[in-house]
Amino acid sequence: MEALILTIIATSIPLLLAATGELIAEKSGILNLGVEGMMLSGAVGALGAVLWLENPYYGIIAGALSGLLMASIFSVFTINFMTNQVATGLGLTIFATGLTGLAGAPLVGKTIPSLPKIEFFLLSDIPLIGSILFKQDFVAYLSIAIIIFISFFLKYSKSGIILRAVGDDHQSAHSVGYPVKKIRWYATCFGGMCAGIGGAYIPLVLTPHWSEGMTAGRGWIALALVVFASWIPWRIIVGALIFGGITIAQLVGQARGWPIPSQLLSMMPYIATIIALTMISGRLSKNNSVVPSSLGKPFFGGQ
Amino acid sequence: MIKFCTRIFSLITLGISVLFFVISSAFAGSPTKVGFVYLTTPGDHGWTYAHELGKQMVEKRFGKDVKVSVVENVPEGPDATRVIRELAKQGNEIIFTTSFGYMEPTLKVAKEFPNIKFEHITGYKRSKNVATGNIRFYEGRYIQGVVAGLMTKTNKIGYIGAYPIAEVIMGINAFAQGLKSVNKDASISVIWANTWYDPVKEADAAKVHIAEGADVLAQHTDSPAMLQIAEKNGAMGFGQSTDMSAFAPKAQLFASINNWGPYYIKKIEELRNGKWNTGDGPNHWPGNVWGGIKSDMLVISKFQNMPANVAQKAQEALDGIKSGKINIFAGPLIDNTGKEIIPAGKALDDGALWGMNYYLQGVNGKVPG
Repeated sequence: MEALILTIIATSIPLLLAATGELIAEKSGILNLGVEGMMLSGAVGALGAVLWLENPYYGIIAGALSGLLMASIFSVFTINFMTNQVATGLGLTIFATGLTGLAGAPLVGKTIPSLPKIEFFLLSDIPLIGSILFKQDFVAYLSIAIIIFISFFLKYSKSGIILRAVGDDHQSAHSVGYPVKKIRWYATCFGGMCAGIGGAYIPLVLTPHWSEGMTAGRGWIALALVVFASWIPWRIIVGALIFGGITIAQLVGQARGWPIPSQLLSMMPYIATIIALTMISGRLSKNNSVVPSSLGKPFFGGQ
Repeated sequence: MIKFCTRIFSLITLGISVLFFVISSAFAGSPTKVGFVYLTTPGDHGWTYAHELGKQMVEKRFGKDVKVSVVENVPEGPDATRVIRELAKQGNEIIFTTSFGYMEPTLKVAKEFPNIKFEHITGYKRSKNVATGNIRFYEGRYIQGVVAGLMTKTNKIGYIGAYPIAEVIMGINAFAQGLKSVNKDASISVIWANTWYDPVKEADAAKVHIAEGADVLAQHTDSPAMLQIAEKNGAMGFGQSTDMSAFAPKAQLFASINNWGPYYIKKIEELRNGKWNTGDGPNHWPGNVWGGIKSDMLVISKFQNMPANVAQKAQEALDGIKSGKINIFAGPLIDNTGKEIIPAGKALDDGALWGMNYYLQGVNGKVPG
């Protein structure tokens, strides 16, 4: 049981990070569909850095920087050149898939040391809870810290409120004097860094090698998670764990021979997302505050 | 005057280049043009990588006598038709399409170009100018079963399959036959990944197998993720398509390696000698290739991380298959619901293997769908 819970947590962390990053970008009004591409570049960057510098912690930094690089390409196009965000995001993923394939070619067939688990002395020895809460790797703790930070940032800090204002009505935010483009740049880049670390987690912890397209669609799940969480940070944790839980339950069911078709269970996370979407849009008609109103709209005014 | 000079000059240049062309082609002989269609890129370190190694053997063997063109990353479906047609138009004389899903596109284009030869990998439909090639992967699975049966302490074997199709089920059943030959108490549980390639999911499936008590793992998916998880958790496993011992030096018992080179070379040679054919039988046309250990198309890597007596048993199984002494699907065969598939004294033929939709004794559960 313990091993299964740990597997669920591990499989959720890339989703958690990528979704958190995307949430911030979307809160500022930027819909970046390039999450998959940013995760891939994070993965290849991390693996390359660890092979070069031989320390898995540099992999985290390299992953963040690779994601950041992709996000800045996206920002230049959508924020400065005001291109369509959906098309640019899709383009970014396609571009990054090709680029990482090229950059990763020399890394194929190599393996790296995994990120070590951090233990807290006696706490880690508590049965079950100890290994779940106090025996994780650095990125796992980091992702929880980021979510807690984001929750407070969006709700209570002035910068967080400004960020939300930009996402809700960029015209008004601009007329009050806030630098809309600059704020969106920051938010998108933060999103890119989170997605990059999320992607880096795959070679750093889950399966320490590089192969082309190894994120296998997790970036798209992360996008769905943001909607599932209805743009509220802590719900991303719930969503990611549900998604990871169903994925693992499906595999356990097969190994134990449960009489449920595996295809049906594989569909569950997506069905959950559709239900969540329906519920949110139902609530939208009454209360307009869930989706950032300027989401996906380019900002033409200012600078 | 200047105009005249230029004209003369260009005429001379043209003449010289034509002369060069004629001479060079006369001496070199025209190279045989060979086309390849890949599903992914050689970077997958699995299926396509094995084809790439085969292609390199072709280039090494024929040198300047062949001209190879490759198209990578071709999705199965309408795109494939377009790519194959393009290769045919470019004058390739023989085209290898290296994935099951190219079957219909290959047949379609072959109809439009009756003078070009097509070789479809892992398919079962043929025509006048479409032959098929495949490897008897299941022979390696049998040896895996023997080794797994001797190595397991928990008597639980975890198997990760891609899709429940005959190709994969055949492998599971061959594994079960090998397992049964040395260990009657062990059983196989199967997890379907419903994908050929998703390293994280393959890793998750491996973790689940280990959590459920399996200590030897086998896979019919493409990435080295399963072996890496085995390595981390002190379990054992087998490499797929290529030698994966670099990923799991302590966990890989051996790998079944796909070796397409000899088949490619044979077919190109036949084409150059004018002997290429698809035969004329309905099911077992002599021009079509389904080779295994005996014809070196399936190569078994070094036996490692196992005691000498296990390695010896594995070697015996390998020799038995090579000499034909071991018939993996010889009767009596009983499926895991107790139904008799074939009585003692008989054996399944190749056609019956492609119709497998049941598990033999030793496998838990039932085939989905």
